[in-house]
Order: sequence, then C-alpha cells, then structure tokens
Amino acid sequence: MSIEVAGVNKKFGDFVALENVNVTIPTGQLTALLGPSGGGKSTLLRIIAGLETADSGTISINGNDATRLPAQKRNVGFVFQHYAVFKHMTVAKNVAFGLEIRKRPKAEVAARVDELLKLVHLGQFAHRLPSQLSGGQRQRMALARALAVEPQVLLLDEPFGALDAKVRKELRDWLRRLHDEVHVTTVFVTHDQEEALEVADEIVVINEGRVEQVGSPDQLYDEPANNFVMGFLGEVTTLNGRLVRPHDVEVATSPRPEALTGTVSRVLRIGFEVRATVTTEAGDVTTVMTRTHARSLGLESGVQVWLSEAAGATTVPVEPTTTVG
Amino acid sequence: MTSIELGRPAKIRRSARSTLTPVSGLGLGIAMLWFSLLVLIPLTAVMVTAVDGGWDTFWAAVTNAQTAAAIRLTVFTAVGVTLVNIVMGPIIAWVLVRDRFPGKAVLEILIDIPFALPTIVAGLVLLSLYGSDSPIGIDIVNQRPAVFVAFLFVTLPFIVRMVQPVLEELDRDVEEAAASLGASRFTTFRRVILPSLTPAIAAGAALSFARGVSEYGSLVLLSGNLPNKTEVTSVRILSSIENDQRASAAAVAAVLLVISLVVIVVLDIIQRRVARRG
Ligand SMILES: Nc1ncnc2c1ncn2[C@@H]1O[C@H](COP(=O)(O)OP(=O)(O)OP(=O)(O)O)[C@@H](O)[C@H]1O
Ligand SMILES: [Mg+2]
Repeated sequence: MSIEVAGVNKKFGDFVALENVNVTIPTGQLTALLGPSGGGKSTLLRIIAGLETADSGTISINGNDATRLPAQKRNVGFVFQHYAVFKHMTVAKNVAFGLEIRKRPKAEVAARVDELLKLVHLGQFAHRLPSQLSGGQRQRMALARALAVEPQVLLLDEPFGALDAKVRKELRDWLRRLHDEVHVTTVFVTHDQEEALEVADEIVVINEGRVEQVGSPDQLYDEPANNFVMGFLGEVTTLNGRLVRPHDVEVATSPRPEALTGTVSRVLRIGFEVRATVTTEAGDVTTVMTRTHARSLGLESGVQVWLSEAAGATTVPVEPTTTVG
Repeated sequence: MTSIELGRPAKIRRSARSTLTPVSGLGLGIAMLWFSLLVLIPLTAVMVTAVDGGWDTFWAAVTNAQTAAAIRLTVFTAVGVTLVNIVMGPIIAWVLVRDRFPGKAVLEILIDIPFALPTIVAGLVLLSLYGSDSPIGIDIVNQRPAVFVAFLFVTLPFIVRMVQPVLEELDRDVEEAAASLGASRFTTFRRVILPSLTPAIAAGAALSFARGVSEYGSLVLLSGNLPNKTEVTSVRILSSIENDQRASAAAVAAVLLVISLVVIVVLDIIQRRVARRG
C-alpha cells in the first residue's frame, strides 16, 4: 500500500524530463522529492497526480493501477507553489469545493470545513476572500482544501517556495506536526536540502530526470550513493581524492602520518564558526571548525597545518565527471 | 472589518471619507470636465429637446405606430443578438486562446474585420452575400432576418475581444486544482472559469447591445427600411430629422437611451451575481 512509480519516462519534445524512474513511496509517511531546479521533480509529482501523462511506465496508488485514470478520479490532493486559490470564493467555499462536487449533505460539508479550518488555524478567516489573506495563510487554506476530500495521497509542489525564510521555516515545522496528526501519505517537492533533511521521513533525490538515491535523511547524509548526493546534501571539499565535508577535516599544527600539509590562505569568521581555506599541493581545501577550536590551534593566515579525515567521516571518491550542484 | 454574514464574501467597507489628494483631485476635475463636455451635456440636451414640446408631444412621438414598431424591432433584435454573442463570444475566445490549429493567426485577424470595416462596406458585403442574387441561395433582403444578420456581423468581436485577454491571464494551476479535487471539465468551467470571465462577458454584451441599437450603415442596404417591418430606430430618427421633426427624433433617442441604461444596469447586476456564485 503506497505509491509505486515504475519505469516512468517523460519527454517534452526532444528534452528528456524523466528517464526510467522507479520509486516506491511508503504509506503514511512524509516523503521529500529533492533535487536541483529543472531536475524533473514537479514533472514526477504531476504525473503521480494525473496532471501530466507519462510517455511510458506505470503509476499505482494503494495497489490500484492509476496510469490511465484522469486527475479527477485519482483522489489525490495537490497543493501548488502559487496557491491556486479560487479567487472569487471565500476561504470556507474554497475548502468546501471538493465536498460540494461530491454532493455531500450541506451540514456535513459545513462541519468538515469548520474542522479543517481549525486544523490549519484559519477558523476566524472562514468568510474572507483569499485576497485578504497572507501568503502563508493562503497556502494553509489550499492545504485544507486538498485535505477536505480525504485524499489517498497528498502531493505538495514546493508549497512554501513563494514565502519568506521565516514563514517557510514555521510552516515546515507545522507541516511536520500536521502530518503526525493526519498521517496521510504525503510527498512534497523541494530544492532546499535543509527543508528535506528536517521534515521528511524519506528523501528521493532527483537530478536530470533520474533518481540518484532513496533513503532516510540519515542514510542520505551518512551514506551518499555518489558525488551528486554528497554534494547536494551539504557543502563538500576535496581531500586526498575524496569528497569530504569541511567539518570532517581534522586540522593539526604539527606533522601527522598520512596527513596532507598546506598553508592557511584565508580565515573567515561567521558567527560561532570559522572557515579556513588551506592551500595544498593538491589544491585548496576548505575546513570548518568552532571559534574556540580555531583559537586553541592559533589558526591564522600563513600558518602551516596538516589535514586528515576525522574518524568516521563520510567520504566518497571523486568521480571524473562530477556534477556537484 | 469583515462581515459575519454566512457564506458570503466579507465586504470590505471603504470609508465614506474621500481619499483625494490635490493631484488626484485635479485628475478627477479634468475627468469630470471631459466627461461633461462629451457625454453629460449632449445627453442632457437630447433629453431637454425630447420633452421640450411637452409630455403629450413626447408620448405621441413615441407611441406613433411606426416608431413603436421600429423601437420594438431594434431592441428585441439587439437583445437577441447579444444573447447569441454571450454564448458564441466566449466559445470563440476559448478556441483562440486554448486551441492550436492551422490558420489560427488568420482567424485572429478575421475576427476584427467587423470592427475595421466601414459599416457601409459591411452592408455591401452582406447585400452581395444575402441579397437577391445570393451565391449561397439565402435571400433575406427586405426581411427582418436581415437586421439580425447585420447586427450579428458588426457585434461579433465585442465579447470575443473582451474575454480573450482575461482567458489568457487565467491561471492554469487553478483549473488543475479543481480537477484534482474531482471537478469535471464542465464543473470547472462553470464554477471556476466562468466567474472570472463574467465581468468581461458583461462588458462585451453591453457594448454589443449598444452597437446593435445604434447600427445604421451595415443594415440599410439589406433591410430595405420598410416601415413597420424592417425599419430600425436609427433610420427612423434620421427620417424624423429630414422631415424637420426634431422633437420626435429626440423623443425616440431618449427612449433608446433609457433602455440602454436599463440593459447596462441589468447586465451589471447579473454579472455580480454570477461572479460571486462560484
Ligand atoms: N510543459 C513543459 N514543456 C516543456 N518542457 C517542460 C514542461 N514542463 C517541464 N519542462 C522541462 O522539464 C524539466 C523538468 O521540469 P520540472 O518542472 O519537473 O523541474 P523541477 O525539478 O520541478 O524544477 P524546479 O525546482 O525549478 O521547480 C525542465 O527542464 C523543464 O524545462
Ligand atoms: Mg518544480
């Protein structure tokens, strides 16, 4: 019981948007589709929703083949980046839309709308028009509207993409809590790795129309399948022919066995962090450490240091053709 | 400032206090002056002339059998043509915006021809197509359908051109949202798209009606201007003037004016209803 995407291909003209995509999205979980812009995330989500048709491959939702079902019959809730509100209807009417189409009794619709508006904290705005709401409120309304029809799956395409950083963060925490309450199988698209790592149970990394890796946030972070995933989930630097995270580079001020030596060329203090660039024979290496640690090492420009991987650091070998995004 | 009335959009009550700054005050002044010179004063003059000879003269002019027949023919035909346009206009606009087909660019230009053509040329075109030696075998010369066809021809572009830009600006997301909520194409059109289009349809309908009521050039040749049969008000007004019956001409003009105002108000009320219903 889940969403099964099998062998999906999609071209726009000559452009390959999705290439042999196979993914299983687990039931009741919050899954993120993560990847750089233009990677095909929205296309995949829209194919799942039936808003776009795949050239080949199948989609099944909760064990039923949905490949040929029109969007209307898929019972999928979809939330758009730019809200897609029905401008001329009140907030309550927007939320009631799906239920009215299903010809539910008036009293039932009213009760359900009321309940949903409370769930998304818009109880007191029921009779406003969408134009009288803030962006974040509009998106919560759109979410309530999608949830009203009790969809089998909820799909969100960069739901917070149009909002400012602070509201984004609030809403993503709120989405996580909401999901813990509602438990509907949810897939959301994001190109923000922090958002995915923080909120999702499971992450699908998509790049250039292909699935690069599927796993929990920890798996992805600790065992990236390749250069791309390693690079996309956080900052990387190259040490001894391997990609490693800057905070996993150990810096010593005295010679160490198998350490690479170099000279500190630049020191940058950002809040509690210090970023030092070390110039070695094999190129520049970036390192990150706490302010306190940097002070205890006496790190400043011109100092000679020895670099090595910290014990237990996540590394991947550098591939010849890296497309680190 | 939201009303607590159930199921209705909250009304934003604008305060009655004026929001005029000196500059916008000047703008309003110029607009009013312009409007007065071009519209209000001439309209008033017509009204004054209409009632100049007293109520009896006015009433006699308007209820004269031939005049009454012309008013009936003009108004009913204009209403009928506008109703046809209300249905056809959005359909044509839809095809132009949403469909791709060969010859679309040509059609785009053809739509404007009734706008661009001098009306008497339109009259000639219609006469050669629907006249006594019609190449398609439809002869409606000197008959009432001639008036209908002429009105239809000259009013075609109004609703199409009003609706088209609105349709182009419509968010496709919104239609997709409706679809994913289970709405059929028809329901989506009726409850989501149509409410956005109604202001444009209503505005186009008002223009189309007004143009119909005032039409002259395109129909004089085809309709034959037969009293009590195919004579329309514009022709009637002209013949009154030619016979030096100014008061009578003004009386007919005043009646048309009132009818047009009523139609515009009615259209506006309907439009507000539909736009809010959803
Ligand atoms: N309707 C379309 N016609 C032609 N090309 C399209 C269409 N939709 C998407 N594409 C192309 O397919 C590719 C994938 O697009 P998609 O919208 O899925 O990317 P995305 O991963 O969602 O990116 P973003 O994070 O910027 O939203 C892009 O290169 C885009 O230009
Ligand atoms: Mg996208």
